[in-house]
Amino acid sequence: MTRDFTPKVVTASALLEGDAVWLTEDDRWTRNMAEAELIEDEAHGDIRLLFAQSQSETVVGAYLADAKAGEAGPEPIHFREAFRTRGPSNYRHGKQEAGPNF
Amino acid sequence: MYTYTDFDERFVRNRVAEFRAQVARRIAGHLTEDEFKPLRLMNGLYLQLHAYMLRVAIPYGTLNAAQMRQLAMIADRWDRGYGHFTTRQNIQFNWPELRDVPDMLDALADVGMHAIQTSGNTIRNVTADHFAGAAADEIEDPRPYAELLRQWSTDHPEFQFLPRKFKIAVTGSPNDRAVTRAHDIGLRMVRDASGAPGFEVIVGGGLGRTPMVGKVLNPFLPREDLLPYVEAIVSVYNLLGRRDNKYKARIKITVHEHGIDEIRRLVNERFEQIRPTIPPIDPEYFAQIEQSFALPVFRAAPVDGYEATRAADPAFRAWTDTNLAPHRAEGHAIVSISLKSHGATPGDATSEQMRIMAKLAERYGHDELRISHEQNVILPHVHKSDLPAIYAQLRAAGLATANIGLVSDIIACPGMDYCALATARSIPVAQEIAMRFDELKLEHEIGPLKIKISGCINACGHHHVGHIGILGLDRAGVENYQITLGGDGTETTVIGERAGPGFSADEIVPAVERLVLGYLDLREAPDETFIEAYRRLGAAPFKAFLYPQEAKANAA
Repeated sequence: MTRDFTPKVVTASALLEGDAVWLTEDDRWTRNMAEAELIEDEAHGDIRLLFAQSQSETVVGAYLADAKAGEAGPEPIHFREAFRTRGPSNYRHGKQEAGPNF
Repeated sequence: MYTYTDFDERFVRNRVAEFRAQVARRIAGHLTEDEFKPLRLMNGLYLQLHAYMLRVAIPYGTLNAAQMRQLAMIADRWDRGYGHFTTRQNIQFNWPELRDVPDMLDALADVGMHAIQTSGNTIRNVTADHFAGAAADEIEDPRPYAELLRQWSTDHPEFQFLPRKFKIAVTGSPNDRAVTRAHDIGLRMVRDASGAPGFEVIVGGGLGRTPMVGKVLNPFLPREDLLPYVEAIVSVYNLLGRRDNKYKARIKITVHEHGIDEIRRLVNERFEQIRPTIPPIDPEYFAQIEQSFALPVFRAAPVDGYEATRAADPAFRAWTDTNLAPHRAEGHAIVSISLKSHGATPGDATSEQMRIMAKLAERYGHDELRISHEQNVILPHVHKSDLPAIYAQLRAAGLATANIGLVSDIIACPGMDYCALATARSIPVAQEIAMRFDELKLEHEIGPLKIKISGCINACGHHHVGHIGILGLDRAGVENYQITLGGDGTETTVIGERAGPGFSADEIVPAVERLVLGYLDLREAPDETFIEAYRRLGAAPFKAFLYPQEAKANAA
């Protein structure tokens, strides 16, 4: 593990619904960021991103986003990524509709 | 209003069928996203932060009751029961699923609407004065020309891959309500010495990261030359505009780099070249277009009931004071329906509200509705005797907020609540400012004031031309809001001046409050508006309200 590498998750938008999804360690796309694979190595991140980008039939616009380890799993660092785990702030639409965890 | 000809109908239906096949191929995996993206953008389909977004064109901001009802139906059936009206007089649906979009487009085609060229590097939906055809100050209704431009620009084979997007606005009034000086091309109707109407052609205006006020390319263009002349402008831009740098690709940069005189020379040259090749508009055909925008027959009726209600009901009186504009016909008014109730999302209407507005347009407003770039809905032709009934129904639907042109009538782009390009949120800032001034009960005392908020440098919220502009940025991973002062989006367009360092999300509403309350102390008389006081006094006293610590330090 490189010393100055900020851990990452691979994230994208689902092709059909357009909502945020994250790549898990076992190659699934999850709608719950906490289930995502936290990548702590830059080279491994590149490989996972290439894998994600090959999934054009499932997801759109895959990229690596900074993340940190939380109690339940990876958590966002930047506010934009935090919004993507919830939904907009003006209505309770999007992922936050699902329940009190959001 | 204009109704589709067989040609229009066939064209739009074919386009939906084509897109339906493209979506199917994308879902089946036969098209990659790189291949599909330009196709979906051509049909107004974006991929945003939480979902797809479909942007539907409302040409020159005009629609009828059946169209508004269909938008409501689409919102209920395929979206989340609401729509967002934008600063380009369009409507956006924030939650469609990819599979459903072709059906949504077919439903739009059922009422003569589409989403073509609401994205991409093409000529976008032509916007117009939202009071067109109704305003007392108008030379002529500009919408027949806007419709002509729509027909000319839709699927124009030469202009589907311009260096960058291209926006045209038209107004028929000397009082510019269409922000023509901040468009790629602005057309302002003027009269020549003999009194004949034509257009002042403004080019190279725009907001975004390099805001520029448009320059006059031609002080008087005869109406019959409109299409070849506009074609000449876009054609010159198409060749000259920069394709090497996205941020320098808009025509404002082309004009800036080459100078207005050189652009004029090139446009004139091109115009002379192409004019003989473009047949003049068939007068009979144009007369048909004009006929479709003909004024309704206005009725003569007493307005005693209106005056009596005004005298008896202070809430109604307040609403008529702020939400009505002078109509060209005796006894009539233009009604602005505020989509800015305090704490609501600027520009959003629920499907139920859309249906009520449609019903009111049908019952009292000659079946006409307009969308303003300020994200409100207009009933352009209303007899004053009907106003009490309209008000009562609007009120029951939460649509009777008396705040047009006031501090809470805020333009706000979707910002980072929806937009993938945004650097900060806009909507919560607008909501909080509106709530705060409602709480202070000072809105009517403050008087006319335009606050405009953008969630990124692209300036969809027109912050540069707000009297108070707010720009949301990302500063080291935290939302930060910069204030600009003294902007103006009318015929006297001015780009606002940046006041100083930005404010955090917690500080921005108190900062705006200090600014506005400070203005109340500075104004000479209650009728001196914020912008007038700013012009009289300059930025310094206003900056002192924003940055009291610095002002104190400077005074010490």
